Amino acid sequence: MQRISSYEDFLKLKNRVQSIMASSERIISVCGGGGCSSKDGKKIASALKDELGKKGLEEKIKVKLTGCHGMCSWGPSIIIYPEEICYLKVKEKDATEIIEETILRNRIVDRLVYEDEKVGKTPHLKDIPFYNRQTRLILGYNTKIDPQSIDDYIALGGYSALVKALTQMSPTDVLEEIKKSNLRGRGGGGFPAGQKWETTRNAKSDIKYVIVNGHEGEPGAYMDRAILGGNPHIVLEGLIIGAYAIGARQGFIYTRHDAPDLLKNIETAISKAREYGFIGKNILGSGFDFDVEIHLDIGIFVSGESSALMRSIEGKIPEPRPKYIRTSVSGIYEKPSNLNNVETWANVPLIIENGAEWYSKIGTERSKGTKLISLSGRIKNAGVIEVPFGMSLREIVFDLGGGTGNGNDLKAVHFGSAMGGSIPKELIDTPLDFDACAKLGAPIGAGGLLVLDEKDDMLELVSYFLDFLSTESCGKCVPCREGIRQIRKLLKKIKDGSGTYQDVETIREICDVQKEASLCALGRTASSPLESALKYFWKEFESRLVKEK
Amino acid sequence: MSDVVNITIDGKECKAEKGMTILQVALREGIDIPTLCYHKDLEPYGGCRLCTVEIESRGRKNYVVSCLYPVEEGLVVKTRSPEVEKIRRIIVELLLARAPGSPELIKLKEEYGAKEEKFGKEPIFCILCGLCVRYCSEVKKKYAISFVQSGVKREISFIPEIALKECDKCKECFPLCPTSYAQALYLLTQALSGGPST
Ligand SMILES: Cc1cc2nc3c(=O)[nH]c(=O)nc-3n(C[C@H](O)[C@H](O)[C@H](O)COP(=O)(O)O)c2cc1C
Ligand code: SF4
Ligand code: FES
Repeated sequence: MQRISSYEDFLKLKNRVQSIMASSERIISVCGGGGCSSKDGKKIASALKDELGKKGLEEKIKVKLTGCHGMCSWGPSIIIYPEEICYLKVKEKDATEIIEETILRNRIVDRLVYEDEKVGKTPHLKDIPFYNRQTRLILGYNTKIDPQSIDDYIALGGYSALVKALTQMSPTDVLEEIKKSNLRGRGGGGFPAGQKWETTRNAKSDIKYVIVNGHEGEPGAYMDRAILGGNPHIVLEGLIIGAYAIGARQGFIYTRHDAPDLLKNIETAISKAREYGFIGKNILGSGFDFDVEIHLDIGIFVSGESSALMRSIEGKIPEPRPKYIRTSVSGIYEKPSNLNNVETWANVPLIIENGAEWYSKIGTERSKGTKLISLSGRIKNAGVIEVPFGMSLREIVFDLGGGTGNGNDLKAVHFGSAMGGSIPKELIDTPLDFDACAKLGAPIGAGGLLVLDEKDDMLELVSYFLDFLSTESCGKCVPCREGIRQIRKLLKKIKDGSGTYQDVETIREICDVQKEASLCALGRTASSPLESALKYFWKEFESRLVKEK
Repeated sequence: MSDVVNITIDGKECKAEKGMTILQVALREGIDIPTLCYHKDLEPYGGCRLCTVEIESRGRKNYVVSCLYPVEEGLVVKTRSPEVEKIRRIIVELLLARAPGSPELIKLKEEYGAKEEKFGKEPIFCILCGLCVRYCSEVKKKYAISFVQSGVKREISFIPEIALKECDKCKECFPLCPTSYAQALYLLTQALSGGPST
């Protein structure tokens, strides 16, 4: 493959890969994402290929092992294109029937089809509420492309944004477009990405870095893995565009040490992008040089915090840095370093390709675009979804998620894991919005949504998060380390029935000090789940306290 | 741009050089701010959070650790607001559960009205201020003692192979320890490893 060095080169390439893609009559997409690969995605794909081989159809009909389709609790899932027939809970031994019935005779295999009370049996994606209510701007690629294939991504429009940015826009144009789009960080804080980019861009230094935060240490969160595992190129493309706007020539992808398939996808993506000339010297003849390195994370949750992550990249222990200077001004090796979450970067190509005006029509006034949400807990359709900001939590939980699925009533939804909070069912009409959710004490965080039913105990939930933080924090500063230790003890006392009103006061005092005096955001938000439980579910505490005489 | 900034600490107007921390200015001005993990020869660490002060900057109130916060023009600092006192009192109470009887903590307890019995005791006699660890690595460059484990399980630990060679002739970190734990731990390490190698 020759390096692409101009707009014309790219168009030729795009035409070529599109006609290759169009040459297969059908594509069978088999989910190989997190939930399903543990459930045999790979085996199913090879069984399907064997069957096709036996029938001499392997040229006409392609089998693709893809990233996460999203419907994890129904996995392994396969989708047959162009009809978009969706089969769920597929087993290896179903391969023969799928090929003979659906591929050869155009008949649906009934028992593999989605079914619920409202819509009945529905084989097509467009009729399944879980899919048809989503806006899959990012995740849409997942079911259609082989994550190892750069050509697949290009055929579906990939890298066009990069080509546009580098051949038709100045770095300032790109920056202004991102600022105008009001893209906000998806990693937890919701900080405006354009503003952060500008800080690093304006910082005085010859060397600047851009970084992808793919640590995703939050329990129950699989959004970033769904993107990086399904289509690493979209993140890479966003990163290269960002580097161009910011003036960075070196990037890092900080990703999980415990996901070999994910790592392989990212490695392949980088080497393919280099081969095509999207990374390296003089990219697309623009004079812009850029390279990327992968850095594996340290397992501990706190290593996802920006300054800890940067120390980890420097080869040091991932402890948050206590200094009062932003990493966008002084980060890795004290050079200006712009860190964004996987999903934030994945939005960049969409904005550059379609324009900020298009982008800002999606979402609410202050939360633009879509958000990936990981649905877990007491929910029928657990998995990863992508919905526009502004959709109500009710729609997410009931229409897409299918409700609790166990006959119990909904009690609350919990956002943001150990640094977030719960929203009681009375407030379920709240829209998905950074500010609206934060105002209720349940900041969206990275987008992990845990559904709780009436049988769930808030004290158990809160204790679970504190147990998690007790070993996943670094332990450097007193309010966080010793505060968590004592709160856990007091909570246990309350759960055991010997807690007092005074103990609750003491807990509140510790929470105040953690919020005000902890070194990093982990300690400063460690009390959030507890505070939101105290606010909305006080009865569950009170009923266990020793009654005052 | 001038390198001198004007700040106010507890109503007192002070001139400071850019790059100084609030704590450095306060020390020079004779204003007392308690510290546990600060040492003038070491990089500020920001671990104990006892030196927290209240600042007002561009109309916003905030709590920062004075051992690290750099001065800026117009900064207004309160070293003893009610909220600051509360933060310090609770930090002392939390630490007293870990290192009961430590003379430094007892002094602080009296000053901030902390209750020794507030939290159930779980003594390890180390408050993890890191003075020994940092002194050994930053000043002596021997790396004979380090932190191990994370979160609530964090501890200090001597590296026996280095400690047995280096520590007997140094011991400079012992007097820095606010609880005398470093010395005790060293003796234990020595005993368990069969005495000094010399
Ligand atoms: C304890 C802790 C853990 C974090 N873990 C992650 C993480 O796993 N992934 C992530 O993107 N951001 C994480 N963050 C947020 C990052 O510090 C940072 O704000 C984010 O990566 C910036 O990207 P964004 O602006 O695109 O959201 C974490 C923050 C804290 C305090
Ligand atoms: S707040 Fe917690 S995680 Fe953050 S520096 Fe302090 S001890 Fe470490
Ligand atoms: S002295 Fe400032 S944090 Fe310990």
